[in-house]
Amino acid sequence: MIRLKDVEMEYDNGTQAIRGITLTIEDGEFIFLVGPSGAGKSTIIKLLTGEVEPTRGRVMINGFSVSNITDRQLPLMRRTVGVIFQDFRLIEKKTVYDNLAFVMRAVGMGEKELRKRIPYVLKLVGLDEKASHFPTELSGGEQQRVAIARALVNNPTTIIADEPTGNLDPDRSLELMRLLVKINTLGTTVVVVTHEKDLVDRFEKRVITIDGGRIINDSVGRYVGGHIHGKA
Amino acid sequence: MGRHNFRYFFHEGVSNMFSHGFMSFAAVGVTVACLLIMGTFSLVAVNANQQLRDMERDNEILAYVDESYTTQQARMLQSKIEAQPNVASATFITKEEATKNFQEKYTDESAFQDLDPEIFRDRFAVKTVDIRLTGETKAAVEKVEGIAEVTAYEEFSNGLITVRNIATVVCVTLIVILLVVSVFIMSNTIKLTTFDRREEIAIMRMVGATNGFIRWPFVYEGFMLGVTGAVAAFLLQWTLYEAVARGVESSDTLQLINVMSFGELWLPVAATFLVAGILVGVGGSLSAIRRFLQV
Repeated sequence: MIRLKDVEMEYDNGTQAIRGITLTIEDGEFIFLVGPSGAGKSTIIKLLTGEVEPTRGRVMINGFSVSNITDRQLPLMRRTVGVIFQDFRLIEKKTVYDNLAFVMRAVGMGEKELRKRIPYVLKLVGLDEKASHFPTELSGGEQQRVAIARALVNNPTTIIADEPTGNLDPDRSLELMRLLVKINTLGTTVVVVTHEKDLVDRFEKRVITIDGGRIINDSVGRYVGGHIHGKA
Repeated sequence: MGRHNFRYFFHEGVSNMFSHGFMSFAAVGVTVACLLIMGTFSLVAVNANQQLRDMERDNEILAYVDESYTTQQARMLQSKIEAQPNVASATFITKEEATKNFQEKYTDESAFQDLDPEIFRDRFAVKTVDIRLTGETKAAVEKVEGIAEVTAYEEFSNGLITVRNIATVVCVTLIVILLVVSVFIMSNTIKLTTFDRREEIAIMRMVGATNGFIRWPFVYEGFMLGVTGAVAAFLLQWTLYEAVARGVESSDTLQLINVMSFGELWLPVAATFLVAGILVGVGGSLSAIRRFLQV
């Protein structure tokens, strides 16, 4: 479960990125986090991944309190969260298999577990035939699916996708979003940060709209003209 | 650390080394140069020290007895000389023994073979405890009533002490400077590797890798660079030392210097090089990676 309570975040340069956000995301939910540039979406992701600590308030994710997390707890917290980036962030000199293997090794998994888990995850994202390919040999959509596989491979309870379709064409974007919905149906909480109105509209999911560091709408529905017309 | 992780870290360390071949070569080269200079000065200091010990063992002060003393009176002075500070022992040598020793030394000179013992004086061969106090000992023995004159090779022993002291100071200073330089260069070499892999490190941190896991491949890389430098420096030092030792032995003017054999020294040299190489390598890599592990 993700819980933000009266969270405020001010950067060292004085920018007030988050202004008193309170929010709860239950386990197994699928959330769209939307809002214009500079609204505070990226800061929320940074708070959820422990890259920054809130200036005020409390951030809880999967049982860990980010607000006062210790250096020892931080890696453990991060193992419960899989992050997908807009620019994929794959390691080009490693094959698809090795891109997944190194994040499993990073959390102490043995070779036997790697051999069992990686083919399963690659099959889930439809890339079981591409294990020995290098990222540069794949299309943008395939690279993003590798990034999803990498986020999934350590079996996190939450997936956070930061503009995952930003570099994909509409067909690939839709395909990717369906994959995230499929992952969600398997029990993983999914938080998707996006600008893409069409995609949000296609899926009747909870949409949280942020602007100026505040939540201005939180409802299930469509994303129309920057405001949600929902069923809340 | 599991067996699989060990293999992974080792593999990553080796591939890091080869993926930055030129910088790795530079790091090993600098380590070799530093260890070689450090080792050469240390070996000079060790040899000077050994030479000094030999001198201490062989060095004698000769105390000549007043000619008015009979041999029996002269012999009585032994306990007085031995009571002086820094005197290890005093051996009485009669005029006759002194004549015989002199003649044995110059067997080729027929003119010396018929010398009258009366032209020699009874004397004591005095050994010291600490060669550095030769001057003070000489002065103390001179004050013993019945001793007419004392001779000692002060200049030679003082010269050796000076060489040893200078070698020690230069050696310690160089060791400190060279170690700092080596750590700095090693650190920069590994920093390049780290910079090249910053994306990978960021991803590792994002998926929950501990700092220890991220650090290990770089530690291995530093370790291997350090060990490679140490082994190369040891082999070069060995070759250099043997060449210098042969040169000294075959030189007419340097024959007096007794150079220790490398067989007596290789173990401490190897151990020192290995420890210094590993410290430089691992220290450099830890210093390089620290910046990337802060968030």
